[in-house]
Amino acid sequence: MQNTQRTPGVAAGRLDQAAYKNNFDDLHPPFEAHEASVAADRCYFCHDAPCITACPTDIDIPMFIRQIQTGNPDNAARTIFEQNILGGMCARVCPTETLCEEVCVRQTSEGEPVQIGHLQRFATDHMMAQDLHPFTRAATTGRRVAVVGAGPAGLACAHRLAMKGHDVVIFDARPKPGGLNEYGIASYKAVNNFAEQEVNWLMQIGGIDLRHGQKLGEQLQLEELQEEFDAVFLGMGLAGVNALRTEGEEKAHVMDAVQFIADLRQADDLSTLPVGRDVVVIGGGMTAVDAAVQSKLLGAEHVTMVYRRGRDRLSASSFEQELASSKGVKIILNAQPVSFQGTDAVESVTFAYTIDGPLGLEVSDETFTLKADQVLKAIGQSLDGVPGVLEIVGGKITTDANGRSSIPGVWAGGDCASGGDDLTVTAVANGRDAAEDIHAVLMGTQSPATDGTADAVTAAQ
Amino acid sequence: MANLASDFVGIKSPNPFWLASAPPTDKEYNVRRAFEAGWGGVVWKTLGEDGPPVVNVNGPRYGAIWGGDRRLLGLNNIELITDRPLQQNLREIKAVKRDYPDRAMVVSLMVPCEEDAWKAILPVVEETGADGVELNFGCPHGMAERGMGSAVGQVPEYIEMVTRWCKQNTRMPVIVKLTPNITDILYPAAAAKRGGADAVSLINTINSITSVDLDAMAPEPMIDGKGTHGGYCGPAVKPIALNMVAEIARNAETAGLPISGIGGVTTWRDAAEFLALGAGNVQVCTAVMTYGFRIVEEMITGLSAWMDEKGYTSVADVTGRAVPNVTDWQYLNLNYITKAQIDQDACIKCGRCFAACEDTSHQAILMKEGRVFEVDDSECVACNLCVNVCPVEDCITMRTLDAGEMDERTGQPVDAEYGNWLGHPNNPQVVKAAE
Repeated sequence: MQNTQRTPGVAAGRLDQAAYKNNFDDLHPPFEAHEASVAADRCYFCHDAPCITACPTDIDIPMFIRQIQTGNPDNAARTIFEQNILGGMCARVCPTETLCEEVCVRQTSEGEPVQIGHLQRFATDHMMAQDLHPFTRAATTGRRVAVVGAGPAGLACAHRLAMKGHDVVIFDARPKPGGLNEYGIASYKAVNNFAEQEVNWLMQIGGIDLRHGQKLGEQLQLEELQEEFDAVFLGMGLAGVNALRTEGEEKAHVMDAVQFIADLRQADDLSTLPVGRDVVVIGGGMTAVDAAVQSKLLGAEHVTMVYRRGRDRLSASSFEQELASSKGVKIILNAQPVSFQGTDAVESVTFAYTIDGPLGLEVSDETFTLKADQVLKAIGQSLDGVPGVLEIVGGKITTDANGRSSIPGVWAGGDCASGGDDLTVTAVANGRDAAEDIHAVLMGTQSPATDGTADAVTAAQ
Repeated sequence: MANLASDFVGIKSPNPFWLASAPPTDKEYNVRRAFEAGWGGVVWKTLGEDGPPVVNVNGPRYGAIWGGDRRLLGLNNIELITDRPLQQNLREIKAVKRDYPDRAMVVSLMVPCEEDAWKAILPVVEETGADGVELNFGCPHGMAERGMGSAVGQVPEYIEMVTRWCKQNTRMPVIVKLTPNITDILYPAAAAKRGGADAVSLINTINSITSVDLDAMAPEPMIDGKGTHGGYCGPAVKPIALNMVAEIARNAETAGLPISGIGGVTTWRDAAEFLALGAGNVQVCTAVMTYGFRIVEEMITGLSAWMDEKGYTSVADVTGRAVPNVTDWQYLNLNYITKAQIDQDACIKCGRCFAACEDTSHQAILMKEGRVFEVDDSECVACNLCVNVCPVEDCITMRTLDAGEMDERTGQPVDAEYGNWLGHPNNPQVVKAAE
């Protein structure tokens, strides 16, 4: 019998095929040429534009918009890709409302910024649809660089190094490249297998060898990489997930949100994916929103997102919160789980309200219980499998402004490093900048020395 | 509401908004609908002499330039005079005038530069009951190659001669339509006046190529791989038209000659500006070709509301109001000193004023911490460029310095007296006179 949204427990096929298709379609349909032209016309071509400053990869935004406006989307794409080779994905997933678009002078004047993200997608899609790659590889240098992790940081680093003529080998633990682009981003932000297409397009630069099933600390050892390669870049992200350490956490259907999202991203047929009737998501970040929204879109009847602190500490942007609300996700703030109930599988979760006082978060006596046949934990990820020789502060590999770790010859970037901040675009910037520094060191224009501690960028606590 | 009733050289219309001689006025169907929409009058599209009508190209007739969001800013056309038989046009003119007696019906004419040709056509037009004729001495394309249109309008002697023929052969008012494709509009205007013209109308369209097809390497509009210059019109030509109207209105030889203002009139405000510079009424074409006939409603209500607000009771009351303030550069007061000032609350920090001033002007805008843009009075020459490039209306304004106030750029206090170039010490002619 066909399941519905009211089928009890965790069940697949709660919706008809048309609903799945509709629910997981492009969140924002791409601009048509005329829409792009109208949107581009709104750009004032600001002097020393605030949007450029706000972009972690420093894309020359007014210039690419002017190139769109004058009928040259491919030149616009090149302007973007020069700074950010994953400009296509960033156009889809960047929280532009807290980056370039937040500081757009049109936002100041009218509360409506130039739609920079959509315009960037228009330009990058235009070039990628023709399978044009804007760069060619320099003559080979004979230098070899190992890149650990085929996520945004690793790919950006590898591309820049390959472009400069170095031979790059990327090692990745998963069966497919892309990192969180492939396994972590909400489906409706990167439809039609975009993550995979983007990697294939990026690899056209040549000189990059991609090896899967290679996890640092297991199949791969840092020392061996250091011996075999002239430089090593670590960009493997945060493979570990934080535990709640709450009574009953081991019950069935209590799972990590990242796993839920990864399963969803890799599913060929969404109607085969089981989802609860009453889903509770614990956490307040982008992963929590992505998990909550997608469980709703998969057909859950009730989805509640519970975060232990107040709205001011929610790391999901206001845009993401509105998206969640618009899809019917209920958000409860200032509450944390104290126990999971159920015989084998979870049946309910009891939360206690919290007080965010001067001494930190305190748990009050006041509790409530939510019916839950599926619980998704999104309380953060952590470093996993990193060799002890590397200095780690605040759960991240210590790096300096150039991405150098505490060990000479080893660079790091993206979510695993102290310069990262859980954004695709920042990971790209880290990877690109580390590649420039690696290149300078390998070509002898920059000293390889580090002072052992590196010029540490303090990790966010 | 102010009374917009217009009496232009004896031709009455309920408002001063006429449709210009152009594609919209080529036939009865259009003109009836224009009158239903509220247009005060039309100048029927130019009639040629009897016989086989002219033919038009069968490819594109128009080229265009656009602003943001494809807003049409300028149009050019290579359409000729009416390509319909003379008798048909005359029948239709008569029928429409009969049904709309309160509207102005002026007929545009273009026949060869021979007195007999004009003698032949004037009576048949008069017979329709039309209120007047407009002599098309302006069309810059096609017909000019055959010795008509702007080919006549560029020779003042011909203008005078043909105008005189017309005045001698009809009781109807004669309006002479001038071409802007000349170096000084006063010569053709004065010639029309000498010939006895009741009025001039201007401007006709401007010789132009709107764009080049960079694949075909040919100008637009392109006909089978070739293009020719066409007549440019629309909002883009308004500044040129305003100047020519003002020159005729303020020049002693032509002052007082009634003017029908044409050239990019798109809104009531455009119309008010033409009136202020000396026009007695206005003619509209590109705006209706872009938006349709209904825009006249906005023009009527807008002009009327503005006149009420200013206390003007008739169109004639507005005509020429700004003419006394149009002068030569040499009479401008050099002791009048302004400085740009930026309203920091209104500023959206785009920095366009800075880029414009720093890169192309006088380095008089400073960019300070936090994207604060400030005017440096010691460098500001008051050029107004920052005002023009600022996307926020009234964010940057020009402040007039009081008499006695220090001009930080020159280190001199502002002179209270009017002083122009004619008396300026740097003027070599002044020095010579002193010697």
